[in-house]
Amino acid sequence: MLATLPGLTENDNLPLINARPARITAPSENFKHMSQLKKSFHIKSRDFIRAGEASINIQNLLKSMDFDPSLIRRVAICGYESEMNVVMHGGDGTLSIEVDSDRLILEITDDGPGIEDIDLAMQAGYSTANDDHREMGFGAGMGLPNMKKNSDRIQVDSKKDDGTLVRMIFFIPEKGETD
Amino acid sequence: MKLSEIVDALDATLLIGEDKLDKSITRCGASDLMSDVLAAVSEDCVLLTGLTTVQVIRTAIVAGVGAVVFVRKKKPPQEVIDMAKDQGIPLISSPYSMFVSCGRLHACNLTGLDGKR
Repeated sequence: MLATLPGLTENDNLPLINARPARITAPSENFKHMSQLKKSFHIKSRDFIRAGEASINIQNLLKSMDFDPSLIRRVAICGYESEMNVVMHGGDGTLSIEVDSDRLILEITDDGPGIEDIDLAMQAGYSTANDDHREMGFGAGMGLPNMKKNSDRIQVDSKKDDGTLVRMIFFIPEKGETD
Repeated sequence: MKLSEIVDALDATLLIGEDKLDKSITRCGASDLMSDVLAAVSEDCVLLTGLTTVQVIRTAIVAGVGAVVFVRKKKPPQEVIDMAKDQGIPLISSPYSMFVSCGRLHACNLTGLDGKR
């Protein structure tokens, strides 16, 4: 299992893939005084029936906090793809959402077999899924590319036989700023 | 077009969602690959699919899909219907194939998820 990474700031020079242009990140009035919140959900390997529940819980949590619907949708899509990746390929894992003053941080870790070639896994259409996965409507090689597309920053940390950590950052838009 | 007109155009059976029959739908997507649905702009669209698993409903919830049409007379298991009911997602069963269902809705001026015809 990989160690949890230290908190990121905008200026951190980590090997992040810039999925979307950086946005204005000053906290809006709504969130300036919000204390930080973090919630974690256990993801069970091979549990196709419950896969996606954690992301819908996160979606409902963010809705209850009145975040921008487009932002919530992007976070939920990334969470759902993450969950399916763990259920299909990983060992057991944890999906967590962290609400900060100017950003949401979605992180998924698992103790599965790891990703042998991250660059390849980031390519749309590349997949190591089997027919069972495809019968569920997944395994088309769009998971990580969708996560990259829908997050503002994504970091994938994995080694063969050493689990996987994917951390995604979503900057909270200024009030009135649309996606 | 209204959801009720989609049901008529497909000679379909409304499984759940009578309260949503006046809902307006302008875009349509058809796929058995849920990642493709998640990758597109699927909010308030009608999704045509041959899959009847819980993952179709979870995808619809996450992506904000307006209604789901199961093609080829498929009817999903009760737990799938119950989940959609809880979430207020209308479910429709079309007697036609995916191809014919798509053709009928295209003829009714629905666009693809990208807004193109």
